[in-house]
Amino acid sequence: MVPLRREVSASYAFVERNFRAVRRYWGWEVVFLFHSIVSALTVAYIAPGGVVVAGQQFDADRLILFLVVGTVVWAYLDSVFDSVAFMVSWERWEGTIESTFMAPIRRVTFIAGSSAFAVLYSFARAVVILVVVALFFNLDLAAANWVGAFAVLAIGSLGLLGIGIMSAALPLLFLERGSQMTVVVQASLLLVSGVYYPVEVLPDWLEWFSVISPATYVLNAMRAAVLDGVTLVDLLPHFGPLLLITAVTMPLGVWVFGWAERYALRHGRLKRSG
Amino acid sequence: MQPAVSIDHLVKQFDPAGFGGAWRRALGRPLKDPIVALDAINVQVQRGEVYGIVGSNGSGKSTLARVVATLLLPDSGSVQVFGHDVVREARTVRRFMNRVSVEASFFKKLSPLENLTFTGRIYGLPAGEAHQQIFEILKRLDIEEKAIRRPMDQMSRGQQQKVAVARALLTSPVLLILDEPTTGLDPRSKREVQDFVREVRDTHDATVILMTHDMDEAEQLCNRLAVIEKGRILVEDKPSALRREGETLEDAFIRLTGHAVEVHEPDEGADGGGG
Repeated sequence: MVPLRREVSASYAFVERNFRAVRRYWGWEVVFLFHSIVSALTVAYIAPGGVVVAGQQFDADRLILFLVVGTVVWAYLDSVFDSVAFMVSWERWEGTIESTFMAPIRRVTFIAGSSAFAVLYSFARAVVILVVVALFFNLDLAAANWVGAFAVLAIGSLGLLGIGIMSAALPLLFLERGSQMTVVVQASLLLVSGVYYPVEVLPDWLEWFSVISPATYVLNAMRAAVLDGVTLVDLLPHFGPLLLITAVTMPLGVWVFGWAERYALRHGRLKRSG
Repeated sequence: MQPAVSIDHLVKQFDPAGFGGAWRRALGRPLKDPIVALDAINVQVQRGEVYGIVGSNGSGKSTLARVVATLLLPDSGSVQVFGHDVVREARTVRRFMNRVSVEASFFKKLSPLENLTFTGRIYGLPAGEAHQQIFEILKRLDIEEKAIRRPMDQMSRGQQQKVAVARALLTSPVLLILDEPTTGLDPRSKREVQDFVREVRDTHDATVILMTHDMDEAEQLCNRLAVIEKGRILVEDKPSALRREGETLEDAFIRLTGHAVEVHEPDEGADGGGG
């Protein structure tokens, strides 16, 4: 029990340290948040813009809500993925990777702490973005099922964390290109997951990839919860694929990370030199 | 008595092609020669000893430090720390060992207090106890109280390195690996760090392995010294025994290696192991 408490406390150390770092880099945080809010607004304005461009009436409010859910949920998922996928790169950039990896803790403790930070930090950002965007468009969110939406985010985060953990291993294998590869994974998820459009509009071969992206199920379930106010019970079918993806990606992610770490320790690639 | 550190026929090579090596192998293309960083190293460090390893950049010092510190896996041979194998029992070894490297590696925007609080947590120290110890150790190292709460990037390199030593001490290591801890420091900071190493040696029940290319430092601090060159230990003895009559330790180093100590500070080298 004591070792477990010790690991939990060590895990919390990463959450605390990373939030302190965020506070110290507050200027950058303001800029990133501003960028995210402007991006969300830009995407949401496509809906009223579409009415003008198409020259015919359609339910622009529903399209706005569709896009807002997409952009806010993506801001959250993207930030979760980013924070997890760059956990190794961040340690390496600060120069602390060797001291962190030399600490007498399980590697899963490091991963869990970094992941917990990613979820909390990203959730806080997403809430701010949603509030600002809602103020701009006077969104009617009275029918939304927020409990259901929260449950979707919680479960959906897990599947994405697994992929993020796998991506975090890339910089351990490729010193220079590892971080760039994680960006490729991120961009691919954006394309195939139906963030700004239903996945049905994708070509068949591309739509197939949406099946294996956890973001697809998170977005579908979130839209059902926020746009249509679907009850928690009716949301349950969305959770099946998410739990299945989590059951595969989470243990696989931890295993891949461990394998990549052993590769880095064997080939002297933990720390970037020169 | 069981030695603190026992290194037996340790070999470490680096493949310069990295992942590209696997492709080259698969395509049947010629492979680049591996870089031999450590070549059949045998060392026994006794408990309570300050054991120095001197050598130029690229001689294998930092690679050796990293293998002992569980940051590199050996190709063959074994390293035991207090009877525990650094590969099979890495987490146990990490519990009673710490390392200070040439670069003070911290979150530079965080303060010493924040960085050391993080260290205290991941090493399982109760928060209150860690807080008290952090202030005690930093004060002993002459870090001003107001600097303890300021970002580390506002400190000099010498001060940052003292915080790195403090971080190591906070974890109460029984084995302290100092990998060129004074390289690139001004003379005053260098002396302060050296004084602190002396204090650790005299007052703590710690074994110290000191990697350095500073011959004066090695002579002053170490009970025994090994000269390492191209991954091989050339000679090992007390500093006084390495010198011939009228020789300085640096003269002895030149005689043994055929060249003076080459220093490119504060670079750790290019092998992911380096010096």
